Amino acid sequence: MKNWSKSQTAIVALVGSWLIIFGIIPIVLLVITSFLGQHPIDFFTPTFSFESYRELFNRAYVDVLLRSMKFAAVTTLLCLLLGYPFAWLTGRLPGKYRNLVLILLMVPFWTNSLIRTYAIRMVLGKKGFINLFLLHTGIIDAPIRLLYTDWAVVVGLFYLMLPFMILPLYANIEKLDYRLVEAARDLGANFFYCFKRVVLPLTLPGIYAGCIMVFVPTMGLFYVADLLGGARQLLIGNLIKQHFLNAHNWPLGSAESVVLILIMAVMLAFYGFIVQRLSGKGGGV
Amino acid sequence: MKYLKIVYFTGIFVYLYVPIAIVVANAFNIDRYGLSWEGFTVQWFGMMINNAGLMEATRHSLVIAVLAASAATFIGALAAIGFSRYRFPGKRVFQGTLMTLMMAPDIILAIAFLVLFVMIGISLGFWSLLLAHITFCLPFTMVTVQARLNGMDPYLLDAARDLGASGFQILAKIIFPLLKPALFSSWLLSFTLSLDDVIVSSFVTGPAYDVLPLKIFSLVKVGVNPEVNALATLMIVLSLVIVLISQLLIKEGENK
Repeated sequence: MKNWSKSQTAIVALVGSWLIIFGIIPIVLLVITSFLGQHPIDFFTPTFSFESYRELFNRAYVDVLLRSMKFAAVTTLLCLLLGYPFAWLTGRLPGKYRNLVLILLMVPFWTNSLIRTYAIRMVLGKKGFINLFLLHTGIIDAPIRLLYTDWAVVVGLFYLMLPFMILPLYANIEKLDYRLVEAARDLGANFFYCFKRVVLPLTLPGIYAGCIMVFVPTMGLFYVADLLGGARQLLIGNLIKQHFLNAHNWPLGSAESVVLILIMAVMLAFYGFIVQRLSGKGGGV
Repeated sequence: MKYLKIVYFTGIFVYLYVPIAIVVANAFNIDRYGLSWEGFTVQWFGMMINNAGLMEATRHSLVIAVLAASAATFIGALAAIGFSRYRFPGKRVFQGTLMTLMMAPDIILAIAFLVLFVMIGISLGFWSLLLAHITFCLPFTMVTVQARLNGMDPYLLDAARDLGASGFQILAKIIFPLLKPALFSSWLLSFTLSLDDVIVSSFVTGPAYDVLPLKIFSLVKVGVNPEVNALATLMIVLSLVIVLISQLLIKEGENK
């Protein structure tokens, strides 16, 4: 291109080299590491090996992967079911209240997530808020076990991930042409028919974006499982952390994260497909 | 239907705020385990300040957050300008890289950075943390600045060039002033992202450079900790302030 000034060259060189060194190379190294031989002291050996991928098919790892996906799926579903009405109603609020609701949503979201997980512990603990409340009102005689259960982990994951579902949904719903909904209602569509045939298809990209934003990262939130679920390896994140920081088994840890990357890639490809199909139909409005 | 709406909104906000409110209340509660309200005190804040380890970790985290936010805003703004105004080879690859950095779960980035730093021989501590934090903030600052750039009147730049302004002058006298609100909100967003990070920090820091998430994790793993309650209260207030400032910035941007 003509008129390349020094400042242009400097900008492109700085940004480009930063992205190569800290964006592309680390991911490539990660994938390469997953194909290296395992070594308990040196982290890995510089030899090509499928060892780690073979090990992934062990019963124990498959179990963690499936359990992880189950946790992520339940969390995503909860976020969607409770977040969708939130995003929709917020989008229909008058401007003044809408901003207030969004601010109220953002404040916890911008607070350290470890602190929020700790806060959930104070609610669910043996001497936590719920137990104290139930004991005090005489509904129960002895504290019930809420913390260190699978549901405690789901409560925590939902708590952290809900805004990640609401914000893409809201961005989608805010742009939606509400006249289409009014037209459908005027033409005699009832609430459910209108939702199924008009609102749902138009907000599908938002739903899907929200699900991607929640589903994959959820599987990595090891500290939530550590603090709320007790000592068990509940999520892939726990497994990866265990293999990297405790067992020094980098190839296996890398192979586990390559699985996560693949899940992510498949979901993104599917998202691209949905968006394309929708715009192809002229439904993007 | 209207009542249902109110009940629903209230329910969600109770869920979001009650846990935080309990932490804040217990930061001022004389009973250190928060079993009942025993009266108001600020002694936990004093104890927190006297906890040298906790204060050092806080200082480290704040230093990283300030530096990472500044660098990420600077590089992100340059990236936004470069991507929206120049054509160069590999542009789409770089844009794809930024999107990948944005979408990738933290755990992937965390171990990718760890592998990189160990392999190229950067010892885990201040520099590894800083470089990692700058990188994961970068896509967010880029997107924020780019949104502002796209809303800018392109004729302004043409006019400046026609009047003989150099590339640098255009950058300093026109683009920068117009971008100021976006730069400031990028900075706040990066600062928040950096302070909020648990996963990447857990992997790329070393024993010599303790940061908040690791410190908090070790303190709360065994149970309730009043010093953490006090610190958490300060952090909640900080995020409240940041959200309010960025709302004001958005309003200012809209009025222009």
